[in-house]
Amino acid sequence: MSAKPKLFRIRGGVHPDDRKALAMDAPIEDLPMPALLHIPLQQHIGAAANPVVQRRQQVLKGELIAHAQGAVSAPIHAPTSGRIAGLGLYPANHPSGLNLRTITLQPDGEDRWHPEIAGVDDPFALAPEEIARRVADAGVVGMGGATFPSAVKLSLRNRYSLHTLVINGAECEPYLTCDDRLMREQPDAVLDGARIMARGLGVERILIGIEGNKPRAIAALQRAAAPFKRIQVLRLPMRYPMGSEKHLVQALTGKETPARGLTAEIGVVVHNPATAFAVHEALRLGRPLISRVVAVTGQAITRPRNLRVPLGAKVEALVDHCGGFSEEPAKLISGGPMMGQPLRELRVPIMKGSNGVLALTATETNQHRPAPCIRCATCVGACPCGLVPLTMAAHVRSGDLDGAVGQGLMDCIGCGSCAYVCPAHIPLVQFFNHAKGELAARGRAMQKQIETKRLAEARTARLEAQKRAKREAMARRKAEQAAQKAKQKARAQAAAKAKKPEVAEAS
Amino acid sequence: MNPPLSASPHAHAPVSIGRIMALVMLALLPATLFGLYQFGWPAIFLFVVTVGATVGFEALALVAAGMPLRARLMDGSALLTGWLLAMTLPPWAPWWIGVVGGALAVLLGKQVFGGIGQNLFNPAMVARVALLISFPLEMTRWVMPSPMFSGAAPGFLEGLAITFGGQTYDALTGASILGHLSTELGQGVALDAALSSVFDPFSALLGAVPGSLGETSALLLAAGGAWLVYKGVSGWEIPVAVLGTIALLATAMHLIDPAQYAPAQFHMLTGATVLAAFFIATDPVTSPVSRQGQLLFGAGVGALIYLIRTWGGYPEGAAFAVLLMNAATPMIDHYLKPRIYGRDRRGKPLEYPELPANGGER
Repeated sequence: MSAKPKLFRIRGGVHPDDRKALAMDAPIEDLPMPALLHIPLQQHIGAAANPVVQRRQQVLKGELIAHAQGAVSAPIHAPTSGRIAGLGLYPANHPSGLNLRTITLQPDGEDRWHPEIAGVDDPFALAPEEIARRVADAGVVGMGGATFPSAVKLSLRNRYSLHTLVINGAECEPYLTCDDRLMREQPDAVLDGARIMARGLGVERILIGIEGNKPRAIAALQRAAAPFKRIQVLRLPMRYPMGSEKHLVQALTGKETPARGLTAEIGVVVHNPATAFAVHEALRLGRPLISRVVAVTGQAITRPRNLRVPLGAKVEALVDHCGGFSEEPAKLISGGPMMGQPLRELRVPIMKGSNGVLALTATETNQHRPAPCIRCATCVGACPCGLVPLTMAAHVRSGDLDGAVGQGLMDCIGCGSCAYVCPAHIPLVQFFNHAKGELAARGRAMQKQIETKRLAEARTARLEAQKRAKREAMARRKAEQAAQKAKQKARAQAAAKAKKPEVAEAS
Repeated sequence: MNPPLSASPHAHAPVSIGRIMALVMLALLPATLFGLYQFGWPAIFLFVVTVGATVGFEALALVAAGMPLRARLMDGSALLTGWLLAMTLPPWAPWWIGVVGGALAVLLGKQVFGGIGQNLFNPAMVARVALLISFPLEMTRWVMPSPMFSGAAPGFLEGLAITFGGQTYDALTGASILGHLSTELGQGVALDAALSSVFDPFSALLGAVPGSLGETSALLLAAGGAWLVYKGVSGWEIPVAVLGTIALLATAMHLIDPAQYAPAQFHMLTGATVLAAFFIATDPVTSPVSRQGQLLFGAGVGALIYLIRTWGGYPEGAAFAVLLMNAATPMIDHYLKPRIYGRDRRGKPLEYPELPANGGER
């Protein structure tokens, strides 16, 4: 349905230059299969997957190579057929550059699917639990970047009364075009996935929100959604961070999610279009999540493109396929420019949550040395969460982290709107991230202290108990000995007494 | 190959402090040029001396404090402070008024607090008030406008003599409109009679009246200010609150006793009202950061301007009003903050009783 429904205003936000034009008209193309794939076991929020393959083992495309571990986790499957070349450590696609446990797969070039891979004819005949189970087995995670296991979100129906599924097609990050292309090229698959998820959640209403800078995606999905009465495709105003889950829900439903809570508390669950596509593939074709669309863009990329990339391909391979760098990039980023993470090196692998690889020139990043804050309050107007970033940063700068928390630090979503508009170029997000990290470390230290104290007390109690037991045992033994002695004595006396008559008898 | 890691965002809006200051100066330019034109060479000399002294003292203070000289001078804040101070001075004041004013503004008003962004009070207004109290004679000697190249205008050399030579210019003096009204009302003259001789709304709008160097043309100042609001450099909240409050109070009092209290348009068009509303009270450093705070701050400035003008000892109260509200800014910022997303005004997470949700706080 394409009726003109009412949208609600959200607070703050910024209007960055979206630069979508760089890659928006490049159709999704397959990245040629690289010679090696480095598949990290931690590609999602939660516990790392546990490998089930051996070195030198042959695997087929879509075969399980690591299974989920714990309630919040996701399994990992072979992106193509080939030989497991190794199980070891490899640098993570993360600014820390730390090594992660990684499965290295050497493709055999045949790209042969595992024979047991088969979809279901009618996913809508399945029970919601069965849908969630299949999504979990396919290793689907939130593909907008959060990488939260999707099946866990589908199970929210057990705890909340839900009424709406929102598909977050805002793609409000500048540059990124992967969701746009996917919605334009596969609108029916995306919509089908959304409907399957709605079935899994037990809701009928689906709202698909897409920012106005993607008119073709809007048109494609509106066409696909035309037969369905309870599905609405809405054109969102272009404003960052429209794609922030809680703000999107507010724009679509007018309701604010309670602080520190989930959108499920107001009856809404949000999923990304790429996730919907992955769910469609998982249910209809039985295919696990083994590849994703990545936008490779930025003015330092020779030919910006949208690539369908097998998980584990090196960033380097993507950049090379796009013609390499046209100039030395000032910054390399994994994700969008507003919330993405800096890339330290090009050999790190693409993971389930990698939606973009950006190579930005110095003009694009527009970095300057920070100047003093002039309290202009531009950040206050830009903050979508109603915070006062300048005051929070002042607290953090002076080391008063509790003061920053009192100002609402924990309600900050880290969207970067404040730092983007700051005329003094103060790295506000850096301050907030530092404070959040420091507080988390303090929390862990505190936890450790409590645990240590508990253990120490337990040890003291145990030693006490041992001592007491020893003492008691000793006392008991003493008592027993005393009793025995007394008994012996008594017996001896009795014997002596008895002897006397004996003696008398004898005498 | 990558430069040092830095937190997101990795892009930045094309803004800087220098750009903000430059836009403000651009908005001030029409009113300034008009003021310089109509008060002639002495005004030009005073303007140059004031701005030059302010920037000079800023440079001295930066060197003394060991702060980066070039970067801080180039942000344009000292230039703007000097500019605003010059706009509020009597146009034919002697040169040392500008120099002393510049020193007061930069040293006492700004650098002792730690430089840009740290000061509690508006530096230009600190200087203006200190000058008014210390040198009441020089600071209240107004002249009739004598536009450049007109017969009555002093020539270049004569201008030099007025600004630097201490030459008297009695023939040309005239009270400012506010000063005149204050005196007349004090002597028991009725409002109508007192106003009729000096207040012509049309010339007050254009600015062809005696007054401070850059305060006379309400029209040009309002146009510049409105442009700044349009460009998003300053918010609408403070100017609207200042002007709205003055208009409201003046109208109310005028309705109560038209013979004693001047109507709204008089207060809007005379003195420093428009300059204060658009350029002085909106100084980001010394005004509150939230919208509610800014509205309250603006209303306070407007009310104080009206109170001081109507019942106070000084005919004009804009500088005092701004300084008094500057002092209240930290408190306003403490109490008036935006509502945090997902929380009520008191900071508690929102609750939706109609949904059987599994508890509000997770």
